[in-house]
Amino acid sequence: MFIEILGARNFEKLDVGLLCKDVKSAFNLEVAFRKTVIDFGATFDANRIQYNSTQILHLLLNSGKIQNNSKAIILTDLDLFVPILTYVFGEAELNGRTAIASSHRLHNEYYGLPKNEQLLQTRITKEIIHELGHTFGLIHCKDYKCVMHSSTYVEDIDLKEASLCISCKVNF
Amino acid sequence: MNNKNYGILIVDDEKIVRESLYKWFLEDGYRVDTAENAAEALRKLQSATFDIAFVDIKMPGMDGLELQRHLKDIDKSLTVIIITAFASVDSAVRALKDGAYDYVTKPIDPDELTHIVNNIINQKKLLTENIQLREKIDELTQFDEIVGDSLQIKKVFELISTVAKTDTTVLIRGESGTGKELVARAIHAHSSRKYFPIIPVNCGAINDNLLESELFGHEKGAFTGAQYRRKGKFEMADGGSIFFDEIGCVSERLQVDLLRVLEAKQFTRVGGEQVINVDVRVICATNKDLELAVKEGKFREDLYYRLNVFTIFLPPLRERKSDIPQLANHFMKKFSQVMNKPVTQIDPEAMDVLVRYDWPGNIRELANAIERAMVVGKPPQISKEDLPFQLINTNGIKPASDSIEEIEKIHILKILNQCNWNISKSAEVLDIDRATLYNKINKYNLKNR
Repeated sequence: MFIEILGARNFEKLDVGLLCKDVKSAFNLEVAFRKTVIDFGATFDANRIQYNSTQILHLLLNSGKIQNNSKAIILTDLDLFVPILTYVFGEAELNGRTAIASSHRLHNEYYGLPKNEQLLQTRITKEIIHELGHTFGLIHCKDYKCVMHSSTYVEDIDLKEASLCISCKVNF
Repeated sequence: MNNKNYGILIVDDEKIVRESLYKWFLEDGYRVDTAENAAEALRKLQSATFDIAFVDIKMPGMDGLELQRHLKDIDKSLTVIIITAFASVDSAVRALKDGAYDYVTKPIDPDELTHIVNNIINQKKLLTENIQLREKIDELTQFDEIVGDSLQIKKVFELISTVAKTDTTVLIRGESGTGKELVARAIHAHSSRKYFPIIPVNCGAINDNLLESELFGHEKGAFTGAQYRRKGKFEMADGGSIFFDEIGCVSERLQVDLLRVLEAKQFTRVGGEQVINVDVRVICATNKDLELAVKEGKFREDLYYRLNVFTIFLPPLRERKSDIPQLANHFMKKFSQVMNKPVTQIDPEAMDVLVRYDWPGNIRELANAIERAMVVGKPPQISKEDLPFQLINTNGIKPASDSIEEIEKIHILKILNQCNWNISKSAEVLDIDRATLYNKINKYNLKNR
């Protein structure tokens, strides 16, 4: 079993090596990063000007782009939604194989704040570990420092650490 | 408490909405189910328990507002949140007036959704905690009422501390008024279940049909008058103990049901199908001769063996007379506080009467006698005159010794009381002359109370 991070956009400033190292450290599994090209056009909602993350996961699962013995997560910069909610930072199949994380609402600039590449790298790392955690069957954790704690604001993501708490490690 | 213990039902005709919310709450660890219309929602609520229902206001057939009323009819404690695509004040106000907790508009802000659910769960936790803490306070205030230093009561204390740490079924036996319920509460208060409730059931006070629904709960419409789903005593005692007082009064039909629950630790509500699992410790009490009842076929032998695992016999008060002064003082202090009356001691003569009396009604009768004395008496002490008449009447007093003098004294006093202290009549009954009777009255210092 290994983890694939599929970079669906250009992340020039992203330290891919550090990202893979942090994710590997969270799950103790090999992590590979590769760029990929998937047409997300069909998942675009013109009324909301957002992309349907549930449909993207279906697209990924049926794309033939993921290997049999892996958990795959798409990293994108698109603004994601699920139909009942206004937005999501990412989505995952609970106990499944696929997940998606978006950097769209993780940028400081999105909130009118100065650019901070280091903070963005940390937020992306946490969001990727969080969504991958769901693919391993982990549910939201009550411990606000645990990476599996539910985050509805970017500030919540900043509060937590990029690792699993002891009880989530036991359940992993 | 784990989120898995809370159930969320999502009712929406749009599949995508149901699936999205289902997934969202599943990741939070809740027990989640969905229904695509009102009929399915009602069906699901009848077969399982939910804490929160998200209900779409606009659905084909029965709309969300009407469905909300029907859901509440089945389970009053269900918290309903209305989902609406039309953020009109009118529909929101109507929903809230009809008992909805809140409403959300599509698409829902993830943070708002999380906050609403967290608030509801916290409220439910507080409510449960509040009920449990009240029961705990009651337990604590009751436990110190087991009073005494006699060998018999010390043996009872020993048995309580031995059995309390286990989950063994306990049968408490003893005459009426010996404090069987206090012992049951003491066992519970000293067990690992002490932070959960102990639920008492007086089997003798409720008729057979009612007792069944009292114990197992009932579904809405299970019988005439069952307007709502109701939890039974077994469900309420989950995690704690259930105390069956007067277990010997349970009908034969209910004995079968009880045996089944005690063996399987599961049951269904009256009129229901959902199997409910409970973790309950059983404590029973009786003043009846269960062995005789088994012999006569009135009490099931298998239930008797199931209950008679560890027995505590409570001695009648007449067999532990040395505890009477301590008990009497304990009740005096208790009632003094309750009545705000500064009574601080019991007159030695009055105490003598209390110790000599046989107390057929046991501690309950003693408590009542002290309470009465506190009402009629004058502070700062309880005197012999304040005690109920039947205690002073020699009929209830045993001679302090077997000497001729003591027996004579008691007998003369008895006749004097019977004749209302008419000396001529008493002398006639005693077959002695009036002068002899006066001498005896003086000799024994007898007084008309």
